[in-house]
Amino acid sequence: MIRPLTVFVLTLLLAMPASANPALEAVIADNLDQIEKPSRRTVEPVVAQIAATGPEGLALLSAWTNRSLGMTDDGRLLIVDGDGATDAVTGKPVPAADPKMLRPNSGVRGVIESALVAGEISDPDPARRAAALASIARDGTAEHLAALRAAAPEDDPALAVQRNRALSLLTIQFDGDPAARVAAIEAMAGDVGLDFRAALNPLLATTRIAAPAEPTDANIARELAVGDDGFPREAAIALLTSQGVLQPRLTPADQRTALAANIEGGSVGGVAVADLSDPAARDRAYEALEASGAVPPAATDAEAEAALAAHRFFEVYAEADSDVTDAARAAQVGAQLRLAAMTGVDLGLDALSLASIYFLAAIGLAVTFGVMRVINMAHGEFIMMGAYTGYTVQTLIADRTLSLVVALPLAFAVTALAGVILYRLVIRHLAHRPLETLLATFGVSIALQQLAKNIFGTQARPLTAPAWLEGAITVNDVIGVSSIRVAIFVLALLFLGLFLFIMKRTRLGLEVRAVTQNPGMAASMGINPDRIAMMTFGLGSGIAGIAGVAIGLFAQVTSELGQQYIVQSFMTVVVGGVGNIWGTLAGAALIGGLSKVIEFLNPANTLAAQTFMILFIIIFIQFRPRGIIPQRGRAAEA
Amino acid sequence: MTDRPTRQPFILRNPSILAVLAVLAVFTVAVTLLSQAYGSGVIPTSTVKVLGKTLCLALAAVAMDLVWGYLGILSLGQMAFFALGGYLIGQWLMYARTEAIVAASLAGNPIPPTPAELQEGVANQIFGVVGSSDLPPVWSFAHSLPLQLLLVVAVPGLLAMVFGWLAFRSRVNGVYLSILTQAMTLALALWLFQNDSGFRGNNGLSGLQNIPGLDGVDQARLSVWFLWASALALGLAYVLAAWLVSGKFGSVVRAIRDDETRVRFLGYPVEGFKLVVFTLAAMITAVAGALYYPQAGIINPAELMPIASIYLAVWVAIGGRGRLYGAIIGAVVVSLLSSWFTGGRAPSIHLPGYTVNWVDWWQVALGVSFVLVTLFAPKGIAGIVDRLGGIMPPRRPGRDPGPDQGALQEQEAKA
Repeated sequence: MIRPLTVFVLTLLLAMPASANPALEAVIADNLDQIEKPSRRTVEPVVAQIAATGPEGLALLSAWTNRSLGMTDDGRLLIVDGDGATDAVTGKPVPAADPKMLRPNSGVRGVIESALVAGEISDPDPARRAAALASIARDGTAEHLAALRAAAPEDDPALAVQRNRALSLLTIQFDGDPAARVAAIEAMAGDVGLDFRAALNPLLATTRIAAPAEPTDANIARELAVGDDGFPREAAIALLTSQGVLQPRLTPADQRTALAANIEGGSVGGVAVADLSDPAARDRAYEALEASGAVPPAATDAEAEAALAAHRFFEVYAEADSDVTDAARAAQVGAQLRLAAMTGVDLGLDALSLASIYFLAAIGLAVTFGVMRVINMAHGEFIMMGAYTGYTVQTLIADRTLSLVVALPLAFAVTALAGVILYRLVIRHLAHRPLETLLATFGVSIALQQLAKNIFGTQARPLTAPAWLEGAITVNDVIGVSSIRVAIFVLALLFLGLFLFIMKRTRLGLEVRAVTQNPGMAASMGINPDRIAMMTFGLGSGIAGIAGVAIGLFAQVTSELGQQYIVQSFMTVVVGGVGNIWGTLAGAALIGGLSKVIEFLNPANTLAAQTFMILFIIIFIQFRPRGIIPQRGRAAEA
Repeated sequence: MTDRPTRQPFILRNPSILAVLAVLAVFTVAVTLLSQAYGSGVIPTSTVKVLGKTLCLALAAVAMDLVWGYLGILSLGQMAFFALGGYLIGQWLMYARTEAIVAASLAGNPIPPTPAELQEGVANQIFGVVGSSDLPPVWSFAHSLPLQLLLVVAVPGLLAMVFGWLAFRSRVNGVYLSILTQAMTLALALWLFQNDSGFRGNNGLSGLQNIPGLDGVDQARLSVWFLWASALALGLAYVLAAWLVSGKFGSVVRAIRDDETRVRFLGYPVEGFKLVVFTLAAMITAVAGALYYPQAGIINPAELMPIASIYLAVWVAIGGRGRLYGAIIGAVVVSLLSSWFTGGRAPSIHLPGYTVNWVDWWQVALGVSFVLVTLFAPKGIAGIVDRLGGIMPPRRPGRDPGPDQGALQEQEAKA
């Protein structure tokens, strides 16, 4: 960021009319050797003097740090730009110059760049002030603190807020006065910004020391007891060893090497080599060698024990002032509490979106199971079919929004039709034989999966979301949710509403509920259970197709897409209880929420998270064998 | 009470047992005489291995038939026990072989290794691929063949017992139970897929075809030995299963399948019967797995994915449920056909405008034929055997109870 900025400054200044700058000339003349061979420790006053001379001085500094400043044999400084060169003092072009290029090291360039940024804080152009503030926020130094304090008041309100924040953060890090630092920390307490937490961390960094008594001059964080959590005996011994209090303990590998180096005539220290496969024999041999002086003595257990008893162990802050560390600790605890709360909210949003997906995937399964007591193993393939429908529509219609609008109803129609066909051809012939239905639909499932592979190939097909669904809705550093997931949540809500409407307000819904509760009675009341079962099957399969389009928007579309969701959908139905949409909703919320929580507790290991999830469900079934919302009435006994 | 005739030995009451044993014996002798190690060499070693593995799958299918065909539990997690058996025997195979290799390499050192050093070397060799060098606690018994053989039976048996006890006592049955068993195998597979599960993550265990201590025996002979062992195990398990389902115990088990509630009301401890059969079947399946994976040479968590167990159910369904020989026929026919079709050796069918390549279309054909079998031949291939043998269902008044609700014993069907 600094580099292009300074180049920009440079070109802007080069375009200015040439004018002599006597102050700059004088500074250069006085410090020519410093400019030619600068050192990080001594260059600072020179840089400050040059910066104080005005725009030409700043231009010179940017050229210097960009390594485009050259020095002629007669001691003039030239700013080289490609093939041409201009005099740094007069700004006049210098033809046919061949100066010696100056190459300041990174330490010197750091000094120059801070000086440049300090100059730019007061620049009239708000964009450049903003850029300078951003660069300070990213990589602030003690020089910036002084520059910020010295700078003229900021007019732009947004920039003023930014500058105040940068000022507070720099005060916390670099101010020499502890009281000012404590005040700055307390003023910012409660903030959860990453930059604030990053500024606190170095203040709270600790090192471990071992000492015979409590050190008086150190800022002690806490005393450690050997055997504590995080401070086992081995760590204490290693600390003593690293402080030179204790001789290094003998490792088995060292022992072996030492013994191997002292083999004499088939034995070591009087022990036959063949016996050395026994650790006790090795110890005996080593002790014998130690006694003869052939190997250096190693710390024994007794010595280690004595050293441990003679020392106390402390964690010491690198920061010397205890007021600052106390304030920082308090602020950190506060920040962590607020952070935990926000992480909780974020986790809740994640869980909600996952639950919506499971709900969409499982609702069709739940309704068919409720009405017909059969599990449709091909349900996952209906999800996959919906996703492929979306993909096919997208290859035909270029406009992403329009293609999505076409794909959703089309996916519903395609999978609903497939569901009705499956019902007519297979499932109705296997009525009242749920296990056989499960197997037959499994046959359909493997056939459909292979068919999809034959038609669309094995590689993943993209189903791209329209531009307005890309990106994310972010509240702050912690809370954020991608727009697609919000859309899926809305879609799930929509289908919940639609489903409730169909079930509670339409003739079809009434008949479906009647068949679910008591098929025999419903039939004798003139309802055709076969027709109702077919309609429900179509409806459930159609929703699976919609779910497929939704899932395809954020996952890759492959022939195995359905397989990834089918087991979770089964779980949702089993946990939620059948024949009740609220049960499915509760099941989806439980499974979605729980998987997110387990994932959060063990983020490195999503596989373990899934294992625990399934184990939980198996145990859950022990207590609620019929799900969260069990079916009541006669149907429950079936 | 009527006078009952003296009961014949159960083998004579079930002539199918003798037939199966005879076929198995003829098959084993024939393969031995045609093998490269002990005969004319017509059958290559790789084929002997495929046949040996197929016998193991048939053994697993017999256990599946016990659970599904006789007890009525459609277990979709049966292959979890199969793979567990393989993992447990694989632990010893891998440990013992690695130990020999490490011992040989450490023998070059000036000082003989301590047991701890030897174990560290072995752990490094085995777990280097997953970035670990400690031997996990689950490998504590891997050094001992007898202990590990005991575990092959004990661990899956215990798992089945705990799972079954939890499921049966809360009266989970039917489709729910199937889904739950599927969840169990998925959970186990996902756990094994982790690198820190102690089973080398998705690398699985490999090099299992080399038997420690038998370095002088070539694979040609080993494959025949394993074929014998598999055939023996299948024969013994068949007799055991047939004996189990032929007596009173078998009658109760079939009654549970047909109407669990009624059996419970008659005073039988339904859960106990279910638990015994489920656990026994898990043990048989584990033995099958322990014989299968040394022939396959490698095992990884993908073997536990639910799809494998569903295929096992497919074999049994196509072969014929409630008939132990049907399970064997189904497993042998479908698994051999599958490997023939997906191996690319089946000739393609050239239709006008399209060539049916069996590698692509076999799954479709299998799926469709599976649906057709379920719809039109619910008794599977064994139904044909029944018809040839003149075994017809007795005329019962009322509607057809369906294959789930009234399969027959052989002598009942003859009456």
